[in-house]
Amino acid sequence: MPKSYSDLLREARAKVREVTAADVDALRARGGLTVVDVREDSEREQGYMPGSVHISKSYIEGQIEAAIPDRNQPVVLYCAGGVRSLFAAATLQELGYADVASMAGGFQAWKSGGYSWVAPVNLTAEQKQRYSRHLLIPEVGTDGQKKLLDSKVLLIGAGGLGSPAALYLAAAGVGTIGLVDFDIVDVSNLQRQIIHTTDRVGEKKVESARKAINALNPDVKVIAHDEMLLPDNVERLIAGYDVVLDGTDTFETRYLLNDAAVAANIPVVHASVFRFEGQLTVFKPYEGPCYRCLYPSPPPPELAPGCSVAGVLGVVPGIMGLLQSLEVLKLLIGMGDTLAGRLLLFDALDTTFTELRLKRDQSCPVCSDAAQVARAAGKPLPVPNFGSDAFVLGGPLGGAS
Amino acid sequence: MSTVWIPQVLRASVGGAKTIDVPGTTVGALISALVAQHPTLHSQLLTDEGELNRFVNVYVNGQDVRYLGGLETAVEDRDEVRLLPAMAGGAA
Repeated sequence: MPKSYSDLLREARAKVREVTAADVDALRARGGLTVVDVREDSEREQGYMPGSVHISKSYIEGQIEAAIPDRNQPVVLYCAGGVRSLFAAATLQELGYADVASMAGGFQAWKSGGYSWVAPVNLTAEQKQRYSRHLLIPEVGTDGQKKLLDSKVLLIGAGGLGSPAALYLAAAGVGTIGLVDFDIVDVSNLQRQIIHTTDRVGEKKVESARKAINALNPDVKVIAHDEMLLPDNVERLIAGYDVVLDGTDTFETRYLLNDAAVAANIPVVHASVFRFEGQLTVFKPYEGPCYRCLYPSPPPPELAPGCSVAGVLGVVPGIMGLLQSLEVLKLLIGMGDTLAGRLLLFDALDTTFTELRLKRDQSCPVCSDAAQVARAAGKPLPVPNFGSDAFVLGGPLGGAS
Repeated sequence: MSTVWIPQVLRASVGGAKTIDVPGTTVGALISALVAQHPTLHSQLLTDEGELNRFVNVYVNGQDVRYLGGLETAVEDRDEVRLLPAMAGGAA
């Protein structure tokens, strides 16, 4: 005899343990519990339990194993009223999840019980379409995308590293992109600086980049800083940004940026390239080393030629710039493990990556504990000053090397 | 013999080699042997006092020797030693 809806519901109730909103609140406080919201997107947009994973019931079989690989993980499911979560929980049991419960009364009971919930800021219909591939990834989702849209990233240099990075960060929906570059587009830039175009040769790089970014994604606000990064403007330029992407070409700028970023507690995603090789790391203040820990002093110019002197295969800064964008996105969203404390070397001829461990220098004049205390007291430790005469390579700061 | 990896920026000083096998039981001994074979490396790696330049890092099996034993850091056969000077290029 065919079963009715109420038969199925009764069977599910018999199999699945139900917990109250108060139980869930207590379990959450103890930690180790995964809460899954099985409602539809349109319902979640009205509000949800903080920290809950969203898999709508129609996708539960297909997505639960990726979201919760450990079948012994305690899981509580909820929907709007407690029925759909009951059926979804029964499905999880069939899939072998050992500790599954359904929250009786669902989100309605949770809300009316006075427990905390999140009222999400919603994306527009156009944004949902534009970022749909991000929204499908649980690690990004609406929350992560919203973080990106609210983020501010400063790119020092709209050149070989900055060009691909700016395009991908713009495509990803980073809401504000600042660009520091005083240079103009030269035809010799176009072999690798893909944000610029042949018909914009002679334009200011920041304006050329602004056009490309606006054409790609109107969500992005571009702040053009048509100036050199200098000791007297570095603090102003980096203020208010969440992450700085270092695409500079000179040691003077690197040290200047490093010192100011550590003081302002802004992470710097660093890369540098030479012909077929690249180096990449994240300088996250006080969590990993800073640039001065890595290289306390710069080499003399003849030992560290810039790209204008030594040349570079165009795709190498492209690859390194995109790896920088990746680290920026991870920092902004708060996902994965960044390269803080690790230096990644890329060899394009062998296509090999090598990882080296970096450490904070306890005697660093910028990021050591002593330096931090001294700065807080208004008496920063003296730092070696690497003047422009000795260390500017292949032209002026930010130049078209 | 340990293998020393030569970064591209230093390869002109060693006849283009990417790796060089040199004898020695410490980082200092390896570098001395390397500099003896390729004297133009001296000023790139070492100060006049024979210390490592501050713009060159040396890694043994991925660890910075500044936090191991510096030039006294012991190396064994088949250890991987990397020289890594600061790089300028941002390809701006």
